[in-house]
Amino acid sequence: MISRQDVEHVARLARLALTDAERERMREQLDGILAYIDTLRALDTSATEPTSHAVPLVNVMRDDENRPCLGQDAALANAPERSGAFFRVPKILEEGPGEPS
Amino acid sequence: MDAHAAIHELTAAFAKGAALPLAVTEDYLARIGALDAKVGAYLTVTRDEALAAARASEARYRAGTPLSPLDGAPLAIKDVFCTAGVRTTCGSKILETFVPPYDATIVERLRKAGAVLLGKTNMDEFAMGSSTEHSAFHLTRNPWDLARVPGGSSGGSAAAVAGGLAAGGFGTDTGGSVRQPAAFCGIVGFKPTYGRVSRYGLIAFASSLDHVSPFALDIHDTALLLGAVAGHDPLDATSIDVPVPDYAAVLGAGVKGLRIGVPDEYFEAGLDPEIDRAVRAAVDVLRDLGATVEPVSLPTTSYGVATYYVVAPAEASSNLARYDGVKYGLRVPGKDLIDMVSRTRAAGFGAEVKRRIMLGTYALSAGYHDAYYGQAQKVRTLVRQDFERAFERVDVLAAPTTPGVAFRHGEKADPLAMYMNDVYTVPASMTGLPAVSVPCGFSDAGLPIGMQLIGRTLDEATLLRAAHAYEQATPWRARHPSLA
Repeated sequence: MISRQDVEHVARLARLALTDAERERMREQLDGILAYIDTLRALDTSATEPTSHAVPLVNVMRDDENRPCLGQDAALANAPERSGAFFRVPKILEEGPGEPS
Repeated sequence: MDAHAAIHELTAAFAKGAALPLAVTEDYLARIGALDAKVGAYLTVTRDEALAAARASEARYRAGTPLSPLDGAPLAIKDVFCTAGVRTTCGSKILETFVPPYDATIVERLRKAGAVLLGKTNMDEFAMGSSTEHSAFHLTRNPWDLARVPGGSSGGSAAAVAGGLAAGGFGTDTGGSVRQPAAFCGIVGFKPTYGRVSRYGLIAFASSLDHVSPFALDIHDTALLLGAVAGHDPLDATSIDVPVPDYAAVLGAGVKGLRIGVPDEYFEAGLDPEIDRAVRAAVDVLRDLGATVEPVSLPTTSYGVATYYVVAPAEASSNLARYDGVKYGLRVPGKDLIDMVSRTRAAGFGAEVKRRIMLGTYALSAGYHDAYYGQAQKVRTLVRQDFERAFERVDVLAAPTTPGVAFRHGEKADPLAMYMNDVYTVPASMTGLPAVSVPCGFSDAGLPIGMQLIGRTLDEATLLRAAHAYEQATPWRARHPSLA
């Protein structure tokens, strides 16, 4: 059974600002979906290796050399807000006593 | 030319001078202008670019130098593929204004083959859905019955091809998102082996499951479309570096001696009796053509949907973390960075995308990872082992593509009911095996039915050969919906 607290915790992890109504609806729907997913527990997988990829490929390497890439203007063209050559974002850290500025 | 002419028929006519690429593209654009308000297949029609590409194609035919058997073919591309300078929304408000600075590899390869891109097609937001009803923009209607869904998530491309609004197209198949709409719309949808076609420039949903897949009116066109985009791409580390056969050259070899397995578990309770009958009759046709048929068992089939709805949302929750209001797309202001990101995602994502992000985040979160994601990855191994055992005895599996025919808009409002629609398509997704949906008849109400053929890893050629033999022996290709 998934709780309101679970939903709030997961929404925070997923960076989703849900409304109260959305939280309750999400709780009900996830509960139903997870109950169905729980049928997987019936299978004995104690001796089974996990599959992460259908076609196992490991260590695909390339030479470490300069290649053409997007220019700065093209890379920034879709930015909601830019400042010169940078993406502009709201402040991340509160300024406080003793912190480097 | 006929609105339902195949690409190989169009380009053969171009080569003979019996039809002209510019006039054909103008015809398609005119039909889109007249009929797409009914169907809703397209999100963006690239009229000027299409006309320019068609003019260039016409000049090449005049000079006797067409680039490929796709030169001048008017195609519809799902709005999940990046197109340089052309808005690419992924069916989402969060990317409503996104204009990619580069082409996806498949788009680049199609341009190099001379194809004419008519526009970008509607889809379930971030390819999450089975009906195209989760598009943030508008509904798409099934050309066979406008009250019904075209399937999804690649419903726009499927409806365009079935409705004569494109001669062929591309979608992506993560859990069935090309095979299922192909079945619902009465056309061919072909999911190649995982890694056969580059995913570079494809907006990611579930990276271990996303497959670039063509839609076509027949198998010959399927072979041409697949051949044009298949093959290694250094820009996609999961793309497989093996030679690509000439797929069109294998057609016509027939099915004599081919061993076909019919999995018992795909014909159990929940399958529409009309589909059961149609698929069994299709298997009989293959037997009459010289294939041998035997029953096989894939015991974990009924666990496929539960497994898929852990793995795909888990991967999606990680992939969609990039939509943070910083680099592209929507931004909703907030009091600090985290508040801005959380508000942006709340406003930009629709209900189904939020549901999957929540489900995936939960399945990966501390305390639940082993019980959900770990267990699902292990069951994924069991599903793979089922197929490995079956392919020791047979060359191809024949089964239904979907448990039912196209449903009505709004009919599957419960998320779990929608997910159950993927029961026959997710196993080949999770194993990366090539699989095709080919038209195999109609219900009494006149709705298309699809047969699914599943093959061995990288053995697309055998699937195309079997599907072609079946298609040539049956009349379904000649039937088309009427939109006028």
